[in-house]
Amino acid sequence: MTNNTVISVRNLVKKFGNFTANDNLNFEVFKGEIFGFLGANGAGKTTTIRILSGLSVPTSGDALVAGFSALHQPEEIKKIIGYMCQKFSLYEDLTVRENIMLYGGIYGLNRKLIKERTNDLLEKLNFGAYGNKLIASLPLGLKQKLAFSVAVLHEPEIVFLDEPTGGVDPVTRRQFWEMIYETASRGITVFVTTHYMDEAEYCDRISIMNEGSIVALDTPANLKKQYDAESVEEVFVKIARPPIPHKFVLKQEE
Amino acid sequence: MNRFLGFVRKEFLHIFRDYRTLIILFGLPAAQIMLFGYVVSTDIKNAGVAFLDLSKDEITVKISDKICSSGFFKRTGDLIDYNDIDRVMKMGNTKAVIVFENDFGRNLMSEGKAEISIIADGSEPNTATLVTNYLTAIITDFNREFSGSSASLSLSVQSEVRMFYNPGLKGHYMFVPGVITLIMILICALMTSVTITREKEFGTMEVLMVSPLKPVQIILGKVMPYFFLSFIDVIIILLLSWLVFDLPVKGSLVLLLSESMLYIMMSLSLGILISTVSGTMQQAIFISLVGMMLPTVLLSGFIFPIENMPVAYRWISSVLPPGYFLVILKNIMIKGTGFFYVWKETLILVLFTVAFIGLSVRNFKIRLQ
Repeated sequence: MTNNTVISVRNLVKKFGNFTANDNLNFEVFKGEIFGFLGANGAGKTTTIRILSGLSVPTSGDALVAGFSALHQPEEIKKIIGYMCQKFSLYEDLTVRENIMLYGGIYGLNRKLIKERTNDLLEKLNFGAYGNKLIASLPLGLKQKLAFSVAVLHEPEIVFLDEPTGGVDPVTRRQFWEMIYETASRGITVFVTTHYMDEAEYCDRISIMNEGSIVALDTPANLKKQYDAESVEEVFVKIARPPIPHKFVLKQEE
Repeated sequence: MNRFLGFVRKEFLHIFRDYRTLIILFGLPAAQIMLFGYVVSTDIKNAGVAFLDLSKDEITVKISDKICSSGFFKRTGDLIDYNDIDRVMKMGNTKAVIVFENDFGRNLMSEGKAEISIIADGSEPNTATLVTNYLTAIITDFNREFSGSSASLSLSVQSEVRMFYNPGLKGHYMFVPGVITLIMILICALMTSVTITREKEFGTMEVLMVSPLKPVQIILGKVMPYFFLSFIDVIIILLLSWLVFDLPVKGSLVLLLSESMLYIMMSLSLGILISTVSGTMQQAIFISLVGMMLPTVLLSGFIFPIENMPVAYRWISSVLPPGYFLVILKNIMIKGTGFFYVWKETLILVLFTVAFIGLSVRNFKIRLQ
């Protein structure tokens, strides 16, 4: 583990009964990197994110997240990461400021600091007028941007984004990725899952998961070269075929 | 600690910003009390009676006056013959018809007995029973006066019924504890299960779980506002029943409030348990309403006495916590008994609370893995 490694996964296995969701994962993520975590639905991405964010305990193996063990110190991990999930994570019936105040408080920031950062944030997003509006009254794009800003409000070491741009229009997605770049340039590591292959191109490095294992991990350019593909999408289709249902396999054997 | 307080504050904001929640929290208890107090009255007041007086003598007039001046009944008509009875009953505001036989007064004077028929409207069995009981009582009373004044020697033994604890047989004595029991389980179990599943459904629970807040803090933070607000509800209901219906708390107020807190905690832990087994708000509402509200209304002894139920229902009723709290409430409020008389029920409530919390923790752990 080098000095600028922030996530280091070693022989990570997670089983649910007989089903192996993560099958012996090994990889590293570096500080300030935008790490794309790709894979078909059910490939095991969410399971990995849950373990890395201290929500779930590995069956065997371990992961060091900013120096803390996912197996033994999940509570420590929770303090130094940010998280934004597929579903929208702000409270619709609270105002923008109240939401920021809530999450700032949960992450242990004091009132003064929260106020300062809230004002900076509102200014940066050109949100000034929205501060005391209920979240419910904002357009989706703004909400997503705000949710991201809230996820990094406490300046975490790593921020996990689980399909953050689902259902957002292309213009907002572009702005969203600008925010991601800006965040990474501040030294915050961005760990992002997505189904949009054009977004995968924006990442520093991407990994592709298939049936619980990582089948490819490199920069988008290298992967395209390796698989002789025009785009990441082509690479993805070549290696990450959706798992064949068991019934179907049985029929073929007959 | 600041993390936690900020979180509790947010929960209060949710509640105060949602007028539906506020209505359930504060409108419902007040409405229930008024509803049960005035509409679902089991007392008789100004019930309509009509008279078919075939004798029309001094004594029949005396009896009918006595009935109408009792405050329980008002005269809705004087009938001429038997055919009128059906007609006047069908009009609806006459609950009973009193028929004096021919030569009522003369028979009473000469033979020492005369006949009165009370014909009650059986389409409302409860009212009919009450009306006939009240009428019989008034006539018995007249009987005694009459035999006393004519100085007859035939001293008959009169049975006298006295209602202990609730001398006026006031319905309020019954329904105030019932409403508290019902409202608390509704607010605590329903509202907490809904507020927790709402976080699950909206995806905010996921974010909270990843945050440095501990699961215990999340659950406590969600539940705590409801604990305070339900406790305020108990006080509102007690105040209302005292101010509006003159219902006193005979026993210790401190004991009553402590038992209420215990019951609130029990209901909250039930709400938490419901939230661990339901994935959506609809599910939580369904389980709370069908699983808790209906049995509470029907089987807790609130409306129908448990003693009269078939054995199977009595068994079901014995595993429902509200019934025990109802017993505690009635004991403290109406009979004025102390802790010594309700310790068993109290212990049962404590056990329920512990069981619900234990099951919730178990479910929660299973879900995390």
